[in-house]
Amino acid sequence: MIFWIIIILAFVTAAQLMKATLLAKKMANKKEEDISDADNNMNAFLLGLFAVFMLGQVVYMMFKYGNGLLPVAASEHGQQIDFLFNLNWIIVLAVFFIVNSALFAFAIKYRGKKGNKAYYFAHDNRLEMIWTIIPASALAVIIILGLRTWNDITSKPSDDTKIVEVYGEQFKWTVRYSGEDNKLGYADYKLVTGENPLGVVTPESMEGAIKSFDNDIRKLSYKLKQDSAQKEMYSHVKAHEMQSKMEKYGRIKERVFKMQKHYKSEQLIVANDDYISKLELHLIKDQEYQFIFRAKDVMHSAYFPHFRAQMNVVPGQRTKFKLKPIYTTQEMRDMTGNPDFNYVLLCNKICGEGHSNMKMIVVVDDSIEEFNKWKKENTSSPIAKK
Amino acid sequence: MSAHAHAHHKESFITKYIFSQDHKMIGKQFLITAIFMAIVGVFLSVLFRVQLGWPGESSSFLNMFLGDKWAPDGVMHRGMYLGLVTIHGTIMVFFVLTGGLSGTFSNILIPLQIGARDMASGFLNMLSYWMFLLSSILMIASLFLETGPANGGWTIYPPLSVFEEAISGSGMGMTMWLTSMTIFVASSLIGSLNYIVTVLNLRTKGMKMTRMPLTIWAFFVTAIIGVLSFPVLVSAVVLMLMDRLLGTSFYISDVIVGGEMMEQSGGSPILYEHLFWFLGHPEVYIILLPALGLTSEIVSTNARKPIFGYRAMIGSILAIAFLSFIVWGHHMFVTGMNPFLGGVFVFTTLLIAIPSAVKVFNYITTLWKGNIRFSPAMLFSIGLVSAFITGGITGIILADSALDIQVHDTMFVVAHFHVVMGLSAILGMFAGVYHWFPKMYGRMMNTKLGYLHFWITIVCAYGVFLPMHFVGIGGAPRRYYDYSVYESFDGNQYEMIMDLNVIISIFAIIGSIGQIIFIYNFFYSARKGQKAVQNPWKSNTLEWTTPVEHIHGNWAGELPTVHRWPYDYSKPGADEDFIPQNVPLKDGEEEH
Repeated sequence: MIFWIIIILAFVTAAQLMKATLLAKKMANKKEEDISDADNNMNAFLLGLFAVFMLGQVVYMMFKYGNGLLPVAASEHGQQIDFLFNLNWIIVLAVFFIVNSALFAFAIKYRGKKGNKAYYFAHDNRLEMIWTIIPASALAVIIILGLRTWNDITSKPSDDTKIVEVYGEQFKWTVRYSGEDNKLGYADYKLVTGENPLGVVTPESMEGAIKSFDNDIRKLSYKLKQDSAQKEMYSHVKAHEMQSKMEKYGRIKERVFKMQKHYKSEQLIVANDDYISKLELHLIKDQEYQFIFRAKDVMHSAYFPHFRAQMNVVPGQRTKFKLKPIYTTQEMRDMTGNPDFNYVLLCNKICGEGHSNMKMIVVVDDSIEEFNKWKKENTSSPIAKK
Repeated sequence: MSAHAHAHHKESFITKYIFSQDHKMIGKQFLITAIFMAIVGVFLSVLFRVQLGWPGESSSFLNMFLGDKWAPDGVMHRGMYLGLVTIHGTIMVFFVLTGGLSGTFSNILIPLQIGARDMASGFLNMLSYWMFLLSSILMIASLFLETGPANGGWTIYPPLSVFEEAISGSGMGMTMWLTSMTIFVASSLIGSLNYIVTVLNLRTKGMKMTRMPLTIWAFFVTAIIGVLSFPVLVSAVVLMLMDRLLGTSFYISDVIVGGEMMEQSGGSPILYEHLFWFLGHPEVYIILLPALGLTSEIVSTNARKPIFGYRAMIGSILAIAFLSFIVWGHHMFVTGMNPFLGGVFVFTTLLIAIPSAVKVFNYITTLWKGNIRFSPAMLFSIGLVSAFITGGITGIILADSALDIQVHDTMFVVAHFHVVMGLSAILGMFAGVYHWFPKMYGRMMNTKLGYLHFWITIVCAYGVFLPMHFVGIGGAPRRYYDYSVYESFDGNQYEMIMDLNVIISIFAIIGSIGQIIFIYNFFYSARKGQKAVQNPWKSNTLEWTTPVEHIHGNWAGELPTVHRWPYDYSKPGADEDFIPQNVPLKDGEEEH
């Protein structure tokens, strides 16, 4: 109701203004295309006000919110990013203020006046050369500094880096640590079952997957038999669907058989010391981590705002990102003065209706002991024991 | 010549207003359709801004429009929220700012400004409009599907957009989206080919390429970009249709969706991203260049000065067009793409800042020592230049791959592209409508209401988009239904996001209501506005030498001959401060 009232009021206002201005124009014997000096002065004045509003708004918000209230970067490369960010902001904001001010200043200063004539000035090669070279050299600086940081961030991890897998699915994260050998066991989506949520490859999990396919196929074929025996009625489409599903499971099962032959025994033991956590991701301060990302269903993006880290999580592919936390959760709580502060892992690629709820708490522990204490109580083998 | 022979035929209502092959009428049809689509698109954004500003609060307004299915108890459904975001983006990017902007002004201005009787093919031109309308109807209709419209974001990344099990909008909604977009691309291609052929072949005597107004240069180059990039989108869409319907695996590999293990293996979602952004990035310039073209003309006319650096402006348009094809990877820095390739895209992307900066400086120099007439069109053009600066500089942050890691896919990106492409282009479109309204309808729009419209629009636009940058820098991802996840670990930041979101939503609502002034002004003036004179803005280009009342074939007698460039404003030695292009050079007068 209020909606329609507002819409109607807006139209009525527009209509009344229209009437009033038309009347005023008629009385002054003015045409729409005649922009008087008074019009020019008024708009120039408003442009000035607007410039103050707009530039002032930026200054005010810079002071009030700065970097969006995010605390200092909590990772080694994050500090580099923040430094680069600040440097770029200085360049960019200088351009913003100077160029916008020039635009508004000229527009205001050279507002039209009856009898004035504009200065005929069509081109000037030297001027144009200057403002090609200035932005080009500023950009050269930005590019060189940017690429240096980028190359650092994406360089090969060091030898003592720990490997951790982050697995995304609608709408939760699971992490898998690589254990003693610092090697993640192989994984394959065909092996994903209730007991083996990440599809880790072991001799048992392959057997388990085959069993589970057999089970599904048996169920479907039983249903179809019921149909042909007239005990159950399926539409043609439905029956066809079940038939093709059955055949599909058969084909995927064939691929698992091939896998069984393909994997050598030394490849299969890698997974033995892996362990997973479904609730929290724990990291150790000053330890470098190489994250390996995998997705089960659709694209996700692993976004750690406090570590200034992000990497897309793409089904069918492995993506990587390395980072080294430099402040523990407790240190960060002290620094921000917020006892409830927590690092977080968010999803930053639209992944379905629950997208905005997909998160995992990240905790940075002070020492290996602290980490091991958590590990003992909160992690489990990637394949649940029956 | 045949067009000329037609000129005196009496036309029926249907051939004149509906199945018209006259470029001026088709341009107006595009404009009216685009205005309708813009109203829908903006309205959708108001709906989801209500959700973002006051998340979870019961609103009878939402319930009234979304019904009990999509807003039970006045609280928006999560899937519908994503649907609104998706369709808002699609409508604004493709239907308003591509179809609407290029379709309207290329159609109206190309023949008039180059001195042609009509487009090269009137029939194809008509076809282009009708396919545009059909695709618009399909897109709007998809909003009313039982399973909801496509809701995987306007970029429709697979696998989310392939499997109905992943999100409900990827069923019928996505099928309609893909169908609508395919028809849209066909319309755009037909239109673009027509524009290119017309500009190349139908220029009147003396209209050398180097005497063409910058509007025409912009439309011409835009059409070329469109012809080269839109087919890539179609191929991306066709591959996706195959993945959806035939079980191929172009984009799909090893997924389990909704508990169902899929057989497809070996495809790559990243392949889709490459194909999509190969169109997607040039698309930004398909939107922006026509707006910049219109502005060049308007700024020069109203500053009563030649546009500064005409050749540099053309060079910039060409440079931007070329570079726009080799920067698409900057949308994909965090997809796990090879870091070296990322570095290359950083370099090419930042290069675009150079021609863009040249354009901005040239606009500003054009204002310098001018005699500026603040018509509504001029104000909108100045607004465009300001938005182009403001949005352009945040692009420098995003193009820097190391910084992009932090702000990628956050509200910062949303703020950036809304300012640099959305706001700039829509301001350019408004400028164009105010400036060429007399040419379209033979009447003038009300100037005072135009001023009011401009001031409400520009203040609200900055009120919406400046705070949005800070929300994004604070780490707020886009396409979030609400930001309640922040509540648990950082209360201060949550408060900032909420405060700013309320401010943004309020400005968005006021700004949207403010557009009613424009709509009223537009339709009132089209019927009852003050009658226009032939050349109300004292402009040099050829469209102002045609009669006010539209005639088929544009010029009653012979086509005008062009003797000079279009920017002879305030030329020393001339009596008036403008010299139309068809006025011969005086003895001893230099061209420029």
